[in-house]
Amino acid sequence: MKILNLFIVAYRSLNKNKVRSLLTMLGIIIGVASVIAMLAIGQGSRDSIEAQISNLGTNVIMLFPGASFRGGVASAAGEAQSIDMDDVNAIRDNCPSVKYISPVARSSGQIIAGNNNWNSQVYGVYPEYMDIRAIEISDGEMFSEVDEKRSAKVCIIGTTVVENLFDEYTDPIGQKIRIRNIPFTIIGIQKEKGGSSMGSDQDDIIYAPYSTVQKRMRGGTSTNVQQIYLSALSEKHIDKAEEEIDKLLRERKKLSLYEDPPYNIRTQSEITEMFTSTSDTMIVLLASIASISLIVGGIGIMNIMLVSVTERTREIGLRMAVGARGRDILRQFLLEAVLLSLIGGLIGAGGGIGVSRLLVSVMNWPATVTSYSIILAFAFAFIIGVFFGWYPARKAALLIPMDALRYE
Amino acid sequence: MEKIISVQNLTKVYDMGVVKVHALRGIDLDIHIGEFAAIMGSSGSGKSTFMNIVGCLDLPTEGDYFLDGKDVSKLDKDQLARTRNLKIGFVFQTYNLLSRTSALENVELPLLYNPSIRAKERKERAMQSLEMVGLADWHHHYPNQLSGGQQQRVAIARALVNNPVIILADEPTGNLDTRTSYEVMGIFQELNEKGMTIALVTHEPDISQLASRNINFRDGRINKEVIVEKIRNAREELAKLPVEEDY
Repeated sequence: MKILNLFIVAYRSLNKNKVRSLLTMLGIIIGVASVIAMLAIGQGSRDSIEAQISNLGTNVIMLFPGASFRGGVASAAGEAQSIDMDDVNAIRDNCPSVKYISPVARSSGQIIAGNNNWNSQVYGVYPEYMDIRAIEISDGEMFSEVDEKRSAKVCIIGTTVVENLFDEYTDPIGQKIRIRNIPFTIIGIQKEKGGSSMGSDQDDIIYAPYSTVQKRMRGGTSTNVQQIYLSALSEKHIDKAEEEIDKLLRERKKLSLYEDPPYNIRTQSEITEMFTSTSDTMIVLLASIASISLIVGGIGIMNIMLVSVTERTREIGLRMAVGARGRDILRQFLLEAVLLSLIGGLIGAGGGIGVSRLLVSVMNWPATVTSYSIILAFAFAFIIGVFFGWYPARKAALLIPMDALRYE
Repeated sequence: MEKIISVQNLTKVYDMGVVKVHALRGIDLDIHIGEFAAIMGSSGSGKSTFMNIVGCLDLPTEGDYFLDGKDVSKLDKDQLARTRNLKIGFVFQTYNLLSRTSALENVELPLLYNPSIRAKERKERAMQSLEMVGLADWHHHYPNQLSGGQQQRVAIARALVNNPVIILADEPTGNLDTRTSYEVMGIFQELNEKGMTIALVTHEPDISQLASRNINFRDGRINKEVIVEKIRNAREELAKLPVEEDY
């Protein structure tokens, strides 16, 4: 039997029972649509988490001193005085995979400008910090190496701080503010970043040169560092940079490879992984629930095809009498099942994309339809068609023509 | 004369486990080209089994069967299907048309299983077949829009479409009234005049008198064979029937 004729035969049978065909497809339509929509929701939440983490900067590596133990009492992580400025300089000089490095000194306090006051975080950083964290300055400029060396009292402020200290008619650039009673000159404004994945306002922040914050606000001559931000040369260099830093610090601290170091190195990909693993679990869960409906749809197809084989026994007998071989009948019924599931898959894919769009526009959920989810759902529908179509088709093919012709 | 069907010592035994049913107990029969044979017999006489074997729907337990000069008693299932497709045209008592399928598509059916026919040729040949039975104008009608006689004529067109060597009709007039029976038989006679070989099973003696030869089955054997001396003409018989004004 020619392939074309096979399609004609299968098409005519399906077309003859339009309503039944449609109802049979319904299971597959709903199954495919829900698989695609569920994967879109999962992918959407994963994407938004990833987008927020990439907000961290590009190829970021973080280095924290570990928690210290004094007499068995653990202090907060980062409080151990295990990393100092010498380490920062050593990393900068000896780790070729590291592009930028900046120590971070965190402080906070009351900020006063004229009659207004606000409480915010103050970050003491190197100018490179902006490159590491991909922070852009929307107005004014970043402070320089010279400012860092001179411990200049200059700062960059976030938009939330601007809103709380100045009215809309005042240009904040060049204004003097007092942070914990120390006068600073505003030289730049951070471009608006929005909330972070952890819910904090990333625009409620002030950046000043590291040495200024360390000396004048943390009140220290101490060279210990709270936290270091680094960036690798490229994505491929992240692991290498991590290795180099670890090796260098172990040498400097005289630690063997097997000892737990008094510091932690976290790369951006590790952080991403930490957060996305949750959403990956969710994706798997959602997709498996949706695939159950797809399998139920497949059973629906098998059910109808079995009924159809019984109902069409005489037709099968006739087809055999006029020259259909067992395998022609097998192919016809298998093709009918596969066509049902493929057309159902097609309509379902459209429905799934529609539902995802609706979620985005009406519910404001992050839902991203990926091509792989469509291919996956489609392939799954096809396999289900073959799998559940096989048994009824085989039953039809094994009918004995004389008996089938006389079937009542 | 060339033999279309030639069977020797044809035997069929159905093994029902406990008992063996001897449906055919050695049939010798030749049907020649251009013949119009009517096969008669009571139910259980073996005529249906005989027709199934002749129609390549079943294989004999013993004996030889040559169809159009070829031994078909040892063919496998697929070869039997191919033989049915190319050499045999079936007409059934209950028409066996596909429902919700146009007359044309019903007639096309055997051609769909013949790989050497192209789409265009398929349509043309189906239309020609419908013309032969006088239903060309009805080609787009569904079976439920046709009368019993018309449905049987569509079935005959379907049997003709692959140019078979023989038409096997199993009580084709069994479901039809007298008038329509003669109409359908008229078509068979017409085809027979054009050279088509026909074998037909019937219960009705009137119908059998329209064939050229009567073969009577009894208990799995042929008990009587008669060459019909005076073949009646179906069209003349039809004219003799009283006109029923109800219609």
